[in-house]
Amino acid sequence: MRVPGTTAQVTDRSTRAAIALRGARLSYGDRVLWDGLDLDVAPGEFVAVLGPNGSGKTSLMRVLLGLQPLSAGTVDVAGGNRRIGYIPQQRAIDVSLTLRGRDLVGFGLDGHRWGLGWRNRRERRDRVDAALESVGATKYADEPIGLLSGGEQQRLRVAQALVGDPEVLLCDEPLLSLDLANQRVVSDLIDARRRTAGTAVLFVTHEINPILPLVDRVLYLVEGRFRIGTPAEVMTSRTLTELYRTNVEVVRVRDQIHVVGAQHVCEDEPHHITNEAV
Amino acid sequence: MEHFLDLDITLDVLSYVQPMLVAGAVLGLLGGLLGPLIVTRKMAFAVHGTSELAFTGAAAALLVGVGVGYGALAGSVIAALLLGLLSTRNSDRDSVIGAILAFGLGLGVLFLALYEGRAVNKFGLLVGQVVSVGSADLWLLVGSSVAVLVVLAFIYRPLHFASVDAAVAVARGVPVRTLSVVFAVLVGVAVALSVQLVGALLVLSLMITPAAAATRVTASPLRATLLAVVFAEVSVLGGMVLSLAPGLPVSAFVTAVSFLIYLVCRLTSGKRERVQ
Repeated sequence: MRVPGTTAQVTDRSTRAAIALRGARLSYGDRVLWDGLDLDVAPGEFVAVLGPNGSGKTSLMRVLLGLQPLSAGTVDVAGGNRRIGYIPQQRAIDVSLTLRGRDLVGFGLDGHRWGLGWRNRRERRDRVDAALESVGATKYADEPIGLLSGGEQQRLRVAQALVGDPEVLLCDEPLLSLDLANQRVVSDLIDARRRTAGTAVLFVTHEINPILPLVDRVLYLVEGRFRIGTPAEVMTSRTLTELYRTNVEVVRVRDQIHVVGAQHVCEDEPHHITNEAV
Repeated sequence: MEHFLDLDITLDVLSYVQPMLVAGAVLGLLGGLLGPLIVTRKMAFAVHGTSELAFTGAAAALLVGVGVGYGALAGSVIAALLLGLLSTRNSDRDSVIGAILAFGLGLGVLFLALYEGRAVNKFGLLVGQVVSVGSADLWLLVGSSVAVLVVLAFIYRPLHFASVDAAVAVARGVPVRTLSVVFAVLVGVAVALSVQLVGALLVLSLMITPAAAATRVTASPLRATLLAVVFAEVSVLGGMVLSLAPGLPVSAFVTAVSFLIYLVCRLTSGKRERVQ
């Protein structure tokens, strides 16, 4: 489903960082969410963003999406070409909504453009078909979307984010409210994309375990403090105790990481990127 | 009632109600195109509120002796702007509409009570009674409709995106709030035009019922829109033609036809069952 680009673009893509934050600061009045944040995400890299509620994970997402200006510092996403895919958390969709899976995916391609888009309809259809196929959603692409299961809807969300051939994939709690099997399916699809196409993945989550085998680095945000490193570096009792400023114990059980001790370490409250905008 | 389907009378009358049929066809097109978006955005009540304020505007126009069409247009565009700007949070949208609607309707009743002209004009604003559509009115109607359609065509894709998938539309940079105000104004213009044909109380039969029927039978937005246009045209034109011989109000027939279509669609819809 990749659109053939020129060689120059491909080299360019592989040499520069997909996401670059320099001295980034975000504050609302006196309240500083984070400051002095330097982050380079390489093409094909998988970075998990963790932290308690109100630590600025969603705000970081909004900054990267261009919906929120930084208070200081610079941000560069996909070289400014807006090739960004966005996967939201799964939410209940009205069963009577007049919309099919293929319509949802089509929005990912050109839903933000003005006009009716009658031109290039055939090419558009081919790309939507390819995206549906790539997530195994062809079978239910023409069904009313409200009748699909949460897992099927999230597969369509992945296709919606990938159909525009993104350089950067921003995932905002995409596994929330999915069962284990579907968490696996959706995270594997995201992983496959970054491996085959070199798409950088920034994955906001409150629960690292479902994606732990995929994560290259972790950005852990707590009350204006943050730490960036591999899961082995960041997810330790010592680092998290420093971040939370209270005694936190990190326990490894088989292949899983459990954080014990800090209140609100694990939040289950879903958050909404649209809250401030709609 | 013996003239209910008298073909001679119907054909005879048809010749001089032609402008009215053109007006009906244009309004059917508007209602059919806007309807599915209105249904998707759950704006049926907002449309009703807007039409009540179109009535208020029309009543005020009647009172001061300005064209009723302009009054309706002013009333419903003001209503649309108010509703679009005030109810940014979905949770209180209904109560805001309810409050504005009630006040506007009361104001309209006051204007009508003060008006000393013909009583038939008063009743007509509420339930529709187009005695004749003059060519000036027709041009205003066609011109306004074309303007609505041009704007709609330009904003259609992002508007549709924002209507069904607001979270991702916001993330993709779609100006969701601006679009909802612009759409409310487009609906306001369409409502004001429809009020003159079917009356303030029955605008929903043009703007909602055909789309509600169409969205029952297909999950494809394009097909739903095409069907809604067909249903709206059948309701308006069919209702008008049927009303000619008995000389009864147009709106009664328009609502009857559109409701019949809605019933048939509800009863036969297979959309809700998954094909596995």
